[in-house]
Amino acid sequence: MLELRSVDAGYGSFQALFDVNLDVKAGEAVGVIGPNGAGKTTLMRVISGLIRPSRGSIRMEGVDVVATPAHRIVSLGIAHVPENRRLFPQLSVDDNLKMGAFMKEARGTYAKRLDFVFELFPRLKERRHQMAGTMSGGEQQMCAIGRALMSNPKLLLLDEPSAGLAPVVVQQVFELVKRIRASGLTVLIVEQNVQQVLHVVDRAYLIEAGTIRSSGTAAEMLASDTVKEAYLGV
Amino acid sequence: MQAFLDIFDIYLLEAVINGILLGGVLALLALGLNLIFGVIDVTWICYAELVMIGMYAMYFMVQYYGLSYFIAAPFTILLVALLGALLHYLVIAPLLTAPPINQLLATGGVLFVLQSFATVAFGIDFRNLGIRLPVLAFGDMNFSYARLLSFLAALVGMVAVYLFMTRTFTGTAIRAISQDRQIMALMGVDTKRMYIITSALGGGLAGLAACLLVLQYDVHPFVGLSFGPITFLICVLGGLGNFIGGFIAAFVFAEIISLGGLFSDLEWGYVLAFAFFIVMMFIRPAGLLARRR
Repeated sequence: MLELRSVDAGYGSFQALFDVNLDVKAGEAVGVIGPNGAGKTTLMRVISGLIRPSRGSIRMEGVDVVATPAHRIVSLGIAHVPENRRLFPQLSVDDNLKMGAFMKEARGTYAKRLDFVFELFPRLKERRHQMAGTMSGGEQQMCAIGRALMSNPKLLLLDEPSAGLAPVVVQQVFELVKRIRASGLTVLIVEQNVQQVLHVVDRAYLIEAGTIRSSGTAAEMLASDTVKEAYLGV
Repeated sequence: MQAFLDIFDIYLLEAVINGILLGGVLALLALGLNLIFGVIDVTWICYAELVMIGMYAMYFMVQYYGLSYFIAAPFTILLVALLGALLHYLVIAPLLTAPPINQLLATGGVLFVLQSFATVAFGIDFRNLGIRLPVLAFGDMNFSYARLLSFLAALVGMVAVYLFMTRTFTGTAIRAISQDRQIMALMGVDTKRMYIITSALGGGLAGLAACLLVLQYDVHPFVGLSFGPITFLICVLGGLGNFIGGFIAAFVFAEIISLGGLFSDLEWGYVLAFAFFIVMMFIRPAGLLARRR
């Protein structure tokens, strides 16, 4: 579904990604793990077009993502839940979800998608008229994921969905990811919470200093010595 | 009814109501400017000059080409909306990432260009529409029909903008832009296109204001100076970019001008309003309702 080939990317003269190759197949859940500043967020941003690669190719179902204008990438079926959620704090939950369905292709099914999101997150329905910025962290994360789902995506990019949340809520977020997977969506998830994410995904990539160090199935990664020592603290 | 009116000082009531009527048009002007500032983060110093061009458009269409007022008005609104979009495309867009001072200087330059253009093209004569609307007598109070009409039209304009901003996808996106510019692309929003739409909307509001002001004031190349500065003060008093703040501040200013005019001369009303502004800038430097972040 998604394929990255020899992608280099960065900010100005600072290069954050070096020769990244990555594949996500339809129906898979793939994790990207690695330390702070390894380039995980940059990887997400380069896929959704917030920054553009300086080299390499990105294809979504065969379509050249690099040649697609940033605001049209969501129409290819890629929805990005950014780091720190990035809701519109002064807009109501309803309006935030509405923004997720902004593109022409999604407007027709707006009511249907809204029902779907409210079914997934009944909590959001209760709070639909509340300003997004006044909700708790967990509710905001639901709203951010809901907003992304409004565009009826094929591939969901989740950037650190558990960051800054209380442990109980982190648990709920991972439950959510499982449910989203079950609904047939393909998921690419970036996490620092290595132990938990490896129990949710099928495969994972380990990224360090902007380079893919290793990859494998979730079980292989859990068993791998490098992952164990550096991230699981065993 | 008469008994009810007798309780009040009739002139005081008249002044208060006239203040409200004036406030409507000022609120309309402030809304256009606030919209541009709130969404694009740019101040159109030449905003009142767009209104001036719109007033000339009304004057020529009605006086020269003999169109009826109500047919000329939509054309004027469209024309000034187009000017707003052009202003963004030609002047603001290339300067979007430039320091704010450069943007101010550029739109300030447009102000002089528009004033000079009007002077060369139309001369410095005061021109008026030649429409004399009756005065409405209500008990012992007199209200100008033109003011009443302006107030209602301004109100309708503002309600239309409110509905657009809250009910449509595009309006919601325009409100969202000011809260997080960077991620708009993730929503599938083309920010450049939104800026053009916002600029056209701001221009359209200036056009509507022109249609209303031309009923009460003569047109000349420097007419912008008689309401441009006060529009800026209103926006700053309300908190730049804050629509509600601007709305309230417009009525506060209008009442000060109107009541000041009742107790002495109209000019003193303006002096009082400006003095009030200076004092408020010490008390609440970020505006009556500081822009929430």
